[in-house]
Amino acid sequence: MAEPLLDVRNLKVSFPTDDGLVKAVENVSFTIERGETLGVVGESGSGKSVTFLTVMGLTNRKSAQVEGEIIFEGQDLLKIPVEELRNIRGSKMAMIFQDPLTSLHPFYKVGDQIVEAIRTHQRTSKKEAFDMSVDMLRRVGIPRPDERARQYPHEYSGGMRQRAMIAMALVLNPDLLIADEPTTALDVTVQAQILDLIDRLKEEFNAAVVLVTHDLGVVAEHCDNIQVMYAGRAVEYGTARDIYYNAHMPYTWGLLQSITRLDLSGSKDRLKPIQGLPPSLIFVPPGCPFHPRCPYRFDPCDKVVPELLPANGHHASACHLPLADKERIFQEEVMQRS
Amino acid sequence: MSVEVNERPGDVTTAQHPPLVKLVGIKKHFPITRGIIFQKKIGAVHAVDGVDLEIHQGQTLGLVGETGCGKSTLARVLMKLYDPTEGQLFFDGEEYTKFGRNKMRPLRREMQMIFQDPYSSLNSRKTIGAIIGDPFRIHRTVAKGKVKPEVQQLMELVGLNPEHYNRYPHEFSGGQRQRIGVARALALKPRLIVCDEPVSALDVSIQAQILNLLEDLQEEFNLTYLFIAHDLSVVKHVSDKVAVMYLGRVVESAPGDTLYRNPKHPYTGALLSAVPIPDPDLARKKKRIILEGDVPSPIDPPSGCRFHPRCPRAQFPKCLEDDPELLPHHEGQLAACHFPLEDESILEAIDVAEEPEKAEASTENPKPA
Repeated sequence: MAEPLLDVRNLKVSFPTDDGLVKAVENVSFTIERGETLGVVGESGSGKSVTFLTVMGLTNRKSAQVEGEIIFEGQDLLKIPVEELRNIRGSKMAMIFQDPLTSLHPFYKVGDQIVEAIRTHQRTSKKEAFDMSVDMLRRVGIPRPDERARQYPHEYSGGMRQRAMIAMALVLNPDLLIADEPTTALDVTVQAQILDLIDRLKEEFNAAVVLVTHDLGVVAEHCDNIQVMYAGRAVEYGTARDIYYNAHMPYTWGLLQSITRLDLSGSKDRLKPIQGLPPSLIFVPPGCPFHPRCPYRFDPCDKVVPELLPANGHHASACHLPLADKERIFQEEVMQRS
Repeated sequence: MSVEVNERPGDVTTAQHPPLVKLVGIKKHFPITRGIIFQKKIGAVHAVDGVDLEIHQGQTLGLVGETGCGKSTLARVLMKLYDPTEGQLFFDGEEYTKFGRNKMRPLRREMQMIFQDPYSSLNSRKTIGAIIGDPFRIHRTVAKGKVKPEVQQLMELVGLNPEHYNRYPHEFSGGQRQRIGVARALALKPRLIVCDEPVSALDVSIQAQILNLLEDLQEEFNLTYLFIAHDLSVVKHVSDKVAVMYLGRVVESAPGDTLYRNPKHPYTGALLSAVPIPDPDLARKKKRIILEGDVPSPIDPPSGCRFHPRCPRAQFPKCLEDDPELLPHHEGQLAACHFPLEDESILEAIDVAEEPEKAEASTENPKPA
């Protein structure tokens, strides 16, 4: 097997604060292949955004303590100098954020912002770069792109701004696109358009995509693999089918049961939310970080940290329950929503 | 148990009691002016443009639509935070369209609001005891010395620790803040609560907690909700009846299940088909009605049917010229469309899991390789 595009090994990120050390990411490892879409799911504060900000080199090197390895196309991004990282970021990997209004500069025309992104990394004339950005705006489905490129972000609607962000991210043909909650601020209709667009462009550019989200409902259709994160740790990893049809971790069950579903009749059934609140990342509970909220906890849960162990193939979960119990509980309780 | 709840016929109560809230022909236009001293009106934003609604005691009416369709404006008109440009408002049979500040005051006790953003809707300089207690002080429904125990009782009711009476909003998470908002809305024992996107800003797991809380409170106090959201699956989960808005108009309204199984308006169909399904196999099979473009500007809404520029079924010149009326289809279902969706086209686009059992069966057989 060829080496993966991105190989993250034992990543730890923590931030010293006045109140104590915030352990935002604890021992997270995963790989992404070319052409793959990885979904990363978890609540606010689960470390999903910090993980990928660190991959992009966007966590402050002075204030954040980062350990582990982030191997992207054969080189460890944590060991290379900042200038080199800057060359990679933007051209070989790009990121789009949740709120397209705050991530576009309000004073500059959209086209010019894309031109700047191009000319930072490539020697092209302004004219050429402008043509490239118009062409890219067309490819992400913005009507009348030559006019639109000369407009300011406030003249765009929310969905269009997100398209413009995607255009900017993809204009240099990156190998890895990280989308951090790309559709959370958007209407469902626009959400569907944007996710389809990301899918289509992924094929076109032969890139890998990471979709970071808090809503398991959104990513079912678009992801090959899914990683569930909780309190800075990866607690389950598997294919989309593993996660939706055979999840092994009580936290994933909780997420699945919290979704309001349109496709099931009788959805006036009560939802089964996860009880309690996510833990503070300064005082992470001992043992399994999920045990205070877990209805299935038993003896070792509050003492021993469960490791992320593969059960069959590469479907892995960090939970002390025996595999047979996990499968039984999932079939009997989680699948019986309707 | 769910089936009975679902099929609780909203129409039985309809016949016997007048609706708690009734809106007739509501319009709200915001003028656009030019000039500094001599302001000249040069146009208007037609935020709400002719809406009739009825909500019955103890029921939940869901209101869905994309950003900018006028759903929040409508809610604010209902609360009399805006005066309607045209139309009449009734609460419990009494018209309050022209009520001034003083006359509105007793009515304000009856209707309360929960807002979308739990961060900006709470005063960050007040303790939550003061925030939840404010309604008591303003309306003087509770003696001064009794405010604290009342507030603590409310806090307990919505699942907050009463000992946190003296804390400030920043000490709470998003979900807990939304609980504070709910407690404040409940303080005056209202009959109607307008929930404007109450869970859109929350994580899914917390969303479910708040939805359950709202459901419990409704049962306990026989509350009536107007529930506004852009997420159809959330709205369907909580609502007895759902109204779909597009560009200031209601284009379709029906009981939740009918709307999902048998939408008539192509816009409803498109909204439904865009809702993500948390099931990879079904989601990949599903066909989509993709809407092109964005919602047109409400300053100059399209002629005829307002949806015609984006409608996959539009036929010319009828849809361009003729403004469709809301006509009855199934029981309790109204839709405003000249060429409503027929059943097959809906099946193709959205109805992928008619019976949940079928969906589950297909998921159990093939083990992932």
